[in-house]
Amino acid sequence: MAQVQERSDLAVVIGLEVHVQLETETKIFCGCSTEPAAEPNTRTCPVCLGLPGALPVLNEGAVEAAVKVGKAIDADIPETTEFHRKNYYYPDLPKNFQITQYDSPICQDGELECTVEGERRTIGIERAHLEEDPGSLAHQGGSIDTAEYTLVDYNRAGTPLMEIVTEPDFRGAAEVRAFLAKLEEVLEYLGVFDPERDGSLRIDANLSVVDADEIGADGEIDEAVLEGANRTEVKNISSHKGAEKALAYEAQRQKNAVERGREVEQETRHWDESRGITVSMRSKEEEKDYRYFREADIPPLQVSDWKEEIEIPELPDARRERFQSEYGLSEEAADKLTSTKQVADFYESVAEAFDPDLAATWVADELLGELNYRDMAITDIEERFDEVERLIELVDDEEITVKNARETVLRSMLDDGDDPDTIVDREGLGKTSGDEVQAAVEEAIEENPDAVEDYHSGEDGAINFLVGQVMQKTGGSADPGDVNGLLREALEE
Amino acid sequence: MSENIYITETTIEGDEDGPLAGRTVAVKDNISTEGVRTTCGSAMLEEYVPPYDGTVIERLKAAGATIPGKTNMDEFGMGTTTETSAFGSTDNPAAPGHVPGGSSGGSAAAVAAGEADLALGTDTGGSVRCPAAFCGVVGIKPTYGLVSRYGLIAYANSLEQIGPLAPSVEEAAELLEVIAGPDERDGTTRDATDHGSDYEYAEAADGDVDGLEIGVPTELLDGADDRVVDQFWNAIDDLEARGASYHEVSLPSLEHAVEAYYVIAMSEASSNLARFDGVRYGTSGGYDGNWNEAFAAAREEGFGEEVKRRILLGTYALSAGYHDKYYKKAQDARAWIQQDFDEALSEADVLASPTMPVTPFELGESLDDPMKMYLADANTTPVNLANLPAISVPVGDDPGLPVGLQLVGPAFGEKRLIRAGSALA
Ligand SMILES: [Zn+2]
Repeated sequence: MAQVQERSDLAVVIGLEVHVQLETETKIFCGCSTEPAAEPNTRTCPVCLGLPGALPVLNEGAVEAAVKVGKAIDADIPETTEFHRKNYYYPDLPKNFQITQYDSPICQDGELECTVEGERRTIGIERAHLEEDPGSLAHQGGSIDTAEYTLVDYNRAGTPLMEIVTEPDFRGAAEVRAFLAKLEEVLEYLGVFDPERDGSLRIDANLSVVDADEIGADGEIDEAVLEGANRTEVKNISSHKGAEKALAYEAQRQKNAVERGREVEQETRHWDESRGITVSMRSKEEEKDYRYFREADIPPLQVSDWKEEIEIPELPDARRERFQSEYGLSEEAADKLTSTKQVADFYESVAEAFDPDLAATWVADELLGELNYRDMAITDIEERFDEVERLIELVDDEEITVKNARETVLRSMLDDGDDPDTIVDREGLGKTSGDEVQAAVEEAIEENPDAVEDYHSGEDGAINFLVGQVMQKTGGSADPGDVNGLLREALEE
Repeated sequence: MSENIYITETTIEGDEDGPLAGRTVAVKDNISTEGVRTTCGSAMLEEYVPPYDGTVIERLKAAGATIPGKTNMDEFGMGTTTETSAFGSTDNPAAPGHVPGGSSGGSAAAVAAGEADLALGTDTGGSVRCPAAFCGVVGIKPTYGLVSRYGLIAYANSLEQIGPLAPSVEEAAELLEVIAGPDERDGTTRDATDHGSDYEYAEAADGDVDGLEIGVPTELLDGADDRVVDQFWNAIDDLEARGASYHEVSLPSLEHAVEAYYVIAMSEASSNLARFDGVRYGTSGGYDGNWNEAFAAAREEGFGEEVKRRILLGTYALSAGYHDKYYKKAQDARAWIQQDFDEALSEADVLASPTMPVTPFELGESLDDPMKMYLADANTTPVNLANLPAISVPVGDDPGLPVGLQLVGPAFGEKRLIRAGSALA
């Protein structure tokens, strides 16, 4: 019988299994492309269809990606690594076994640091291993239980996956989100992961609620206590935002149960994103027996030499610090500019061509701000970095005003897809010549005698009104500082 | 043809030139041939037509060989008599009324009957050597990794190799030359030149046994039929007369070979044969209702009794709670057997034994007694467990029931076996 407990006495313990799709050109055991295809069953061959007699041959690209991940999470990479068969029948599994790694994974005992509410947290990573993705099922006219029939597409079968298993080190849903965001960032930096790809991140989480006293000052929890606590496995989470929502919900659900004196049932639950709740999978699953044994078709792989040879790029944390020291950026700006490898690379190229401060303003504030406003990502404009550079050049050369660059040119670039020079021409934004400004100044003085009078009677605010009039006449293309000077000159005459 | 040698007769033409131009090579029906059905002797695959050629088929074609048909076999290679085939049994051309051995019975019978010049079989626990011995022809089981298995429909993938069958050692060596060598589609293949050999197998068939040191494992003579033992010693005498010498050796681990072999082979089979669920190919269990039941229906209908027996036993041996007791123990025995062979081969050039402890069974004789069939593999299975090469050559002049002599060599020692074997056939 669970005891009735006060909410403040309860703590949440979470561990994750994260499936990450590794970016490789070809599948893990055959030469088929990993690019998504519109037509089902077109990216297939005898190997990934599991045809009789076909044999898997390990893609070294997948191993290389896994070693990079291992180095980035500071994991132990063993002398040799082996593959095993995980035997179970399922219609999306062409061979009715999955080739995966069992007792000699390619990465063991790693860790990853992340920041949660300004505090550094180190999450232990128990293991990370390579495996093949099954195909995908399309249930026609319902769910898996109610569909009229189901179609199988093997295009995805054999896509390389890395399963990353953390220690039960999370004490809340916010930590999970921060960790996953950090993991995605690192994987992207390594060039082994594409967050835009459908299904590229899949998360299962184990969550249990324990007495808060059981958690030591160092955040550690006794294994026996954890074993004793009933936990639920939450499946079907596909983003770090979704993970936070799902686990916050599930934590609350378990706490409520415990507070009401009910026992948390040990079960698998499904995260229903649209309803924002976790649902019991019902089917009382008995402990599955996968009958693991070594896959003899893939010889044990010597990975110790790979570890030495494979280099990984500068990781985000190191780069963030360097941006601060090398370019004199604030922590906040450095944070934004290292949010993805692409942003950081773009920033560095702009900073070199122009000025680090100008580059920071334009990339971190203007560009990312406008993209964010439009729900766009940096990847949406990666083909147009040269246009953004041209815009910054126009500002740097003072050919257009900052105001116009920001409010007209950049926005039109993103909304209409035009290039900056076209927009400047079309909108007549090239900085107006001295004569035109002078004429506008004279016109403004002539048309607004009241303001002129106010100016002369010492009301300095009147000048701002006149500046505004001139700016209007020149379509905003004059420099407000210059206009101010010209007006004062003319009014003193 | 009265013997029922082929499951499918066909003509697959090879290139015009090549070392096998003008010769026919019968192919066991578990090796994939593009556009020609490949049944594994099973009702499950009665209508399965592979969309691709196995590597050895490509190599046969490039060597100019013509494939006259796909030969009968025990279902999925599971048998020692070719009687578990869904396509009926094959008669032994060298001993009518008797089984041709198995599981490559059709391939050995094709050579013995002169239906094909040469043949390919596959050997998981003796499936090339046993029918070679029973049909009075030559059969080679290559070192694991010498011949690509790409396209070979797996029974027990850590044990099996494709190997040649021929009337003489020299011809078997010629066929081995064509099919051997690394293949990027089979990650377990290895290059013999990295292991102290070349691929000039046929030229090694010179019959020179002068100075050859033969080890005779006493364990492999215990329990053999007297008639077999007599023929065996006659052959050893013959080799001795040509300058070879022999000594008896003991490999105590061999006592456990048959058990270890069957646990490993059945375990692997339970996984290898899981893909036959009727969805993509093979006997269908229909598409209505629960998929699990449809899979079960396909397997119930498509597989024969011996295949079902081995899948069930293999599933059991891998199950939680039994894995350590059976599968892991069998792997330990395998390591021990490999060690025993290494030691014995450090004192001898080759090891010799009867290939089969018995002469061919009469047709139908062993069908109801699987244990009798399993025990007949006592001399051949240790070689697969040790990943070593072996050859079976016909010996003795009794025309009634053929007897084979098996020579076992070190890894990639095929040339040594061919040289010694060619002194006898
Ligand atoms: Zn493929």
